[in-house]
Amino acid sequence: MNRKRKEQARVLSQRMIAPDIYDMWLETELAKEAKAGQFIGVYTKDASRLLLRPISICETDRDKNALRIVYRIAGKGTAEFATFGEGQSVEILGVLGNGFPVEEKKDKRVVLMGGGIGIPPMLELLKQLREAGTEAAMIAGYRDRQLFLKEDLEKYGKVYIATEDGSVGTKGNVLDVMRQEELTAQVIMACGPMPMLRAIKHFAKERQMEAYISLEERMACGVGACLGCVCKTTRKDHHSHVNNTRICTDGPVFDAREVDI
Amino acid sequence: MNTRVTIAGVEFKNPVMTASGTFGSGMEYSEFVDLNRLGAVVTKGVANVPWPGNPVPRVTETYGGMLNAIGLQNPGIDVFIERDIPFLKQFDTRIVVNVCGKSVEDYLEVVEKLGDADVDMLEINVSCPNVKEGAIAFGQKADCLFDITSQIKKKAKQPVVMKLSPNVTDIAEMARAAEAAGADGISLINTLTGMKIDIHKRTFALANRTGGLSGPAIKPVAVRMVYQASHAVKIPVIGMGGIANAEDAIEFLLAGASAVAVGAMNFVNPYTTVEIVEGIEQYMEKYGIKDISELIGGVRE
Repeated sequence: MNRKRKEQARVLSQRMIAPDIYDMWLETELAKEAKAGQFIGVYTKDASRLLLRPISICETDRDKNALRIVYRIAGKGTAEFATFGEGQSVEILGVLGNGFPVEEKKDKRVVLMGGGIGIPPMLELLKQLREAGTEAAMIAGYRDRQLFLKEDLEKYGKVYIATEDGSVGTKGNVLDVMRQEELTAQVIMACGPMPMLRAIKHFAKERQMEAYISLEERMACGVGACLGCVCKTTRKDHHSHVNNTRICTDGPVFDAREVDI
Repeated sequence: MNTRVTIAGVEFKNPVMTASGTFGSGMEYSEFVDLNRLGAVVTKGVANVPWPGNPVPRVTETYGGMLNAIGLQNPGIDVFIERDIPFLKQFDTRIVVNVCGKSVEDYLEVVEKLGDADVDMLEINVSCPNVKEGAIAFGQKADCLFDITSQIKKKAKQPVVMKLSPNVTDIAEMARAAEAAGADGISLINTLTGMKIDIHKRTFALANRTGGLSGPAIKPVAVRMVYQASHAVKIPVIGMGGIANAEDAIEFLLAGASAVAVGAMNFVNPYTTVEIVEGIEQYMEKYGIKDISELIGGVRE
């Protein structure tokens, strides 16, 4: 098993790919160990901001020790990250979380759903599924015609687009695409805002599909010690012995049936 | 060079401990640090039965610190004895179990169950600001603190350290109440009650509305309280509150702490504890200090 650790990564490149959305490649040994759906903790350089910012892994290039994160500016910490240029060092903690069940589900028909800033982790997932021999379809839900990562996703599978304003693809959300395109699958893997994940949980239950959803919550330690980022569970959790599970370590990816969201 | 310290008859290989609630029972951080290097692991608070804790959000960042309102989620003493103690026994470090409860009976049940357990010391949490019943109520009035301390001392088989709240008017009075009731030591400070409001959503940042402030932002308050408390009592003091590095730790020792605990900074740098152990040794070497006891309470006018 790989050990979690805190490392100095180096910025290989960074650019803005949509308003407030940044695409940063980091050089780090952690790239070799990363699974789709896992995340890293990124620290700011300003000592007044202590805690890691959990950011999902968008893509890895193992040969180059390169790891890509695509994130939205959500506050002062991520605004600081957006100023990082090539060659700068960044402290990161990783690799964190469990990741999607790529190997376990490789013989199933899989559809991926990403909503907004939940789209980035779907890129590595689509890639790793393809490496495992699974041709998954991808549904990407955007706000408008700022279709960040669309071309990258298209390299690894068929991509369907939904936009809230109807400017591109299906007007509506990722599930509207499922219905409109009459897509079928045995397994859904998804990341996105909570209302989307809740809808997917219900949709999967109705259609008797499996769904793996990636959750997020305010985090402090990122490694399972502080119990800050918990999610209610339908059954008693193996570690906590109450109906709470740790998103940072037992997740962020959960079988939708196991979490009470 | 001697870095060993003795608190209530228990010898610690060095004065560096983990602060309760920031380090679980050591499992998570054992991936980052060698627990054998630590003076002690102070475990997350454990109650007589499992507690689910508070709703999320439970944590939020503040300037130079953080607020938490975990609400003492814990798996209960039975699981703790079966799982966490055997894990910690694999390491050459002292085990200090932090005990929490909602009533005196809750605390006593945990203390009694730990009677036969192979642990070195008990730290009694009467200062958590995030649970509605019990806990802090015992730690904010000197007579309540005296009462619960006396009752726990009657049942406890291990030395008892009372963890004090900084949310009081006179910390010296609280320290004296714990000492008078027979406590073997005191530890401080627990977190300072705070609040943060999200101005964009116009909501509280924490579901619990208030939370406990920790991190470097609280360090000067903690040093002051450790100084005042250690001068008010003869029993040893374990100091904590925003310790980020060896310099901070030494400041607490000079203020009068016999040992120190690292809390929120574990989240920022998971190697903090071991770096402090090494940093204290370097400091002692630099200033030709042969025994760490020379530092304890060694601040000069």
